Parts: sequence; C-alpha cells; structure tokens
Amino acid sequence: MPSPDPHSPRASATLAARKGVAPSKIVVPGNQGVKVTRAVTILKPARVLYAFWRNLENLAQVIKHPVSITNRSKNESHWSVSAPPGDRRVEWDALIINDEPNKLIAWRSREGSEIANAGTVRFDPAPGNEGTEVTVTLEYLPPGGKLGALLAKFSGEEAEQQVRLTLTRFKALMEAGEIPTIEGQSVGEPQRKNNQ
Amino acid sequence: MKAVCWMGKKKMEVQTVDDPKILNPRDCIIRVTSTAICGSDLHLYNGYVPTMEKGDILGHEFMGEVVEIGPMVKKLKVGDRVVVPFTISCGGCFHCSRQEWSCCDNTNPDTGIIEALNGFSGAALFGYSHMLGGYAGGQAQYVRVPFADVGPIKIKSNISDDKVLFLSDIFPTGYMAAENCNIEPGRSTVAVWGCGPVGQFAIRSAFLLGAAKVFAIDSVPERLRMAEEAGAHVLNDKDDDIHERLKILTGGRGPDAAIDAVGMEAHGSAYDMVKQTLKLENDRPYALRQAMRAVRKGGVLSVPGVYSGFIDKVPFGAAFGKGVTIKQGQTHTQRYLRPLLDLIEDGKIDPSFVITHRVPLSKAPEAYKTFSEKKDGCIKVVLDPTA
Repeated sequence: MPSPDPHSPRASATLAARKGVAPSKIVVPGNQGVKVTRAVTILKPARVLYAFWRNLENLAQVIKHPVSITNRSKNESHWSVSAPPGDRRVEWDALIINDEPNKLIAWRSREGSEIANAGTVRFDPAPGNEGTEVTVTLEYLPPGGKLGALLAKFSGEEAEQQVRLTLTRFKALMEAGEIPTIEGQSVGEPQRKNNQ
Repeated sequence: MKAVCWMGKKKMEVQTVDDPKILNPRDCIIRVTSTAICGSDLHLYNGYVPTMEKGDILGHEFMGEVVEIGPMVKKLKVGDRVVVPFTISCGGCFHCSRQEWSCCDNTNPDTGIIEALNGFSGAALFGYSHMLGGYAGGQAQYVRVPFADVGPIKIKSNISDDKVLFLSDIFPTGYMAAENCNIEPGRSTVAVWGCGPVGQFAIRSAFLLGAAKVFAIDSVPERLRMAEEAGAHVLNDKDDDIHERLKILTGGRGPDAAIDAVGMEAHGSAYDMVKQTLKLENDRPYALRQAMRAVRKGGVLSVPGVYSGFIDKVPFGAAFGKGVTIKQGQTHTQRYLRPLLDLIEDGKIDPSFVITHRVPLSKAPEAYKTFSEKKDGCIKVVLDPTA
C-alpha cells in the first residue's frame, strides 16, 4: 500500500479508499508543468477500450517510445523509459487515483519520482453512439533548473508527439486489429545498408 | 528481387533489394505480373512531392498472384490473381465504414507530417512518399500488400492483365471524377482539362454515365487524338482561347461540369513555373484556374488531378460568384473495383486502349524520362516485372 500522504485532503483520501484507489495529490502544480491534451474517436464501445487501458501493461504495445510497464498491484505500476541525454533509464511508480469503469482512469506518479507526472484518459460516447471519444491529458514536471526549463520546452513537443502517436496506434490496434508499419519492408540503397 | 527505386529528382534506379516479408497479420505478398507508371509518379520523379527518401520503391498500379498470406487474411488464398488498389485502407474505421476509402484513419504509420500540413492524414498509398505512409510500391517483382482482405479484388476470369491492371488507379480515378460531375444522361456537358491517362478515363467514364457532350483540352497531339477516338470534341490549348471556345460550344452557358485532370504540374503559366521552382508555391494550378472560370453557374468542378500544398491566385470569387460545387480528393478506389470490373467483363470498355509503351522493368528509368518529357507519343507505360 502507498504510504499515507499528509498533504492530501482527508476527503479525497476517504473517497479514494472507498473506491479502492490511491489518494489523489497535486504532483504537477498548475503553472509549472508541461500539459498535453489529445483526443481521438474510436469505433469501439467504451468498455472494450477501457478494458485495454485498465491493464496498464497493455500500453507498452501502443506507446511508440520503448517503455517497460509492470503492474505491481491493481492500482500500482512501475514504468521505465529511456530518456536523453544518452540512453539513461528514467523510472517511476504510478498510482491509479481514480477509476470509473468504462468512463475514466486517472493516475499520478508516486511522491519523489524523478519526473513527476499525472494524467487522465476519458471515454465518452461519440455523437450518435458511433464509437467512443477518447481524450488523454498528460502533465509532467521536468527536473528543475535552467536546463530543465529548456528541456521542458523541447520535450513539450516530444510529449505531444508521443501522446499523438500513442492514440493513433491505440486506435489502429482497436479498429484495424494491428498497428500499421513499414519497419522491415523492402528498400533500396542507401536505406537497405543503413538498416543492416 | 528487382525494384524501381527513387534516388532523387529525375534519378530512378532499378536495384536488387530484399524480397518483401509479411510484417503484420493482415498482410499478403504478391508476385507482380504487371505494373505501370502513373502520371502522378511523375510528380515524384520531378521532385515536387516532399518526404521522399533515396531508396524508396515506387509504383502504385500493379497486379499479380498471391504467394503468401498473413495469419489474419481470410478472403484471399495463395494462388489468387488480384488487382491491388493504390489506396491502403483498414476497413474498420469511421471513413471506411462510409466507403470513403482514401480517407482511412489507420493505415499511415506516421501521420505527423501530413497532419501538420493538412490537419489530418488520409489513407496511406503505395510508393508515394513518407508523409503518405512510406510503403514500398509495386514497380517491383514482389510487393507486400497490407490489409489484404480490404483492397485487392480477385480476377477470376481469364481476362488479360492489360484489361484489368488499371482498376488499380486510373480507371477508378477517371470514373470517380466523372461520377462527381452529377451527369444527367443525355443532357450534361463536361469539359476535361488534361488528356493524360486519367483524363482519358474521365472522358470515357463521362460518356458511360450518359454525358451529351465531352470537351477535351490538351496541347499534345496524340493525346487529343486518343480523346477524339473516344468521341470527345477536342480543343488545343495552344491554338484556342479555351474559355471563349467553350462558351460558344455550349451556347453561351458554359459546361455543366469541369474536370481538372492535370493537377500540380500544369503548363502554360510562367508565373507558377517560377514560383514552384523557387519553392514559393507547391503547385502550378493553371488548369484549375481555367476550369474554375469556364464552368457554368451552379456547375461542378471535379478535381482528380493531384495537388500537394498551397496554390496562388485561385479565382475563388469566380467559384463563389457562380455557386460552383467543388468535388475532389484521392480516389475511393475500393468503391469502384467491382462495378468497373463488371463493365470490363461485359465489354463496355477495354482499358488497354491507353497503353502506348511496354517496357521491361529493367528499363523503367528510361521510361520515366520518356513519359515525363511526353516524347515518342508516350501516354501510358506498362512495365514487365519479369524482364
């Protein structure tokens, strides 16, 4: 179980406990982080999309950037991604702080994570009940300092691209049954040599 | 295998490359029996389409025999003879469910560039730049075909490759251009700018749909002759004031529909030639401007010609002032495969009329040059992948 957080409001903790999720807590203060919101409509019922997303390990299939995700418990997962500079690993534990089946999942990083982050995914019926509108919001706080601020600007674009790619790949997997690819296809020189 | 590779502006090479492999469960591999060079391949050849990479395999008009299928392919089996549409579509998205196959959401592996340019990404295409998916094309001995159950149409009869090959693109493209004209049988007049292969099929499709008169506009004599053979009234862009001539020929009213089958590399405007060369304008929309002005009030402007980006001095006021409907876009190819195959099998049309050149695949680079320079009477090149 996550350690109790003295700063979180008691009401939130009580609600979280009743729902069987971790207590919510502001990990990315409103005016400091990088925030990305993207939406996509998928021609599948919310329950199918929710079920895929609720098992967070599944997300490794649709996140393009190499990532390893391990479920530690129902509401706790461990994330590990490579990040610049070089190919160092950045790791954190994520806690699910809100879980409304077929409607919404919200998560945040555990206190003390190198990159504090939080996000939600919402599943809303599309007009005419033709599929589901999936909206993802991701916020994170890059490490501080001047370099951090610069990186935040740079990685703000990067994060947007990652969220966009993740959603288009999620949509393709759900609607088409596979994620389109050209990796490994026939190519002429110089691409052929570069791939070897 | 041998394949035609893009190596830069006006630089094509036939290279030996690795045979294609099944990469996704819905893929199949096809041994190509016939493949062609499309007019739109010339936009790649001439370097007007961004995001090409050296070593990309070209070609989006091809057919052949299925030699391998992925584990999720249900409708095709090894040995089937198929024509493959140039638009790659998933069959499961919002647009595919509306038969808007060229607007498919799920086949472009990296939608970033085209989304930034156009707002959204449409279907990926074979051999047509990385912003449109980067898929290896069919000017090769083998080709990987994704979503094999959605695109390819089986050809059961012993009808020749020449008659069905153009179901892959130019016949459906010309047909959709004519269908978009809302032709009233026996009454409508249609003017077609550009008598290349798509224009030729647009002319014949307009007649098949009942057009009373079709006017064909070009400046290349053999193309005008071919249009004349289809029954079109031809107008030479070099000699005629097209706008005035069309007005007179339609009793002062203007054609009911105008088809721009030219696209981004129209000749006739030095302004656009200079701006395009300086990269200040993506396309040269000379034919589009003319068509927009010439079409009658309340008429239809139908655009099968390919445009890639920004264009200058488009008389949008003319289109607005006349209440013109504009219909355009990449062809929803899958929609037309069955009905057009029926027309071919019933002998209503023989698409092989358009072929002027047959060339071994190994001579493709020379064929690109001949086609691009409109030399030697070249209108349509079919490549033999075995030679």
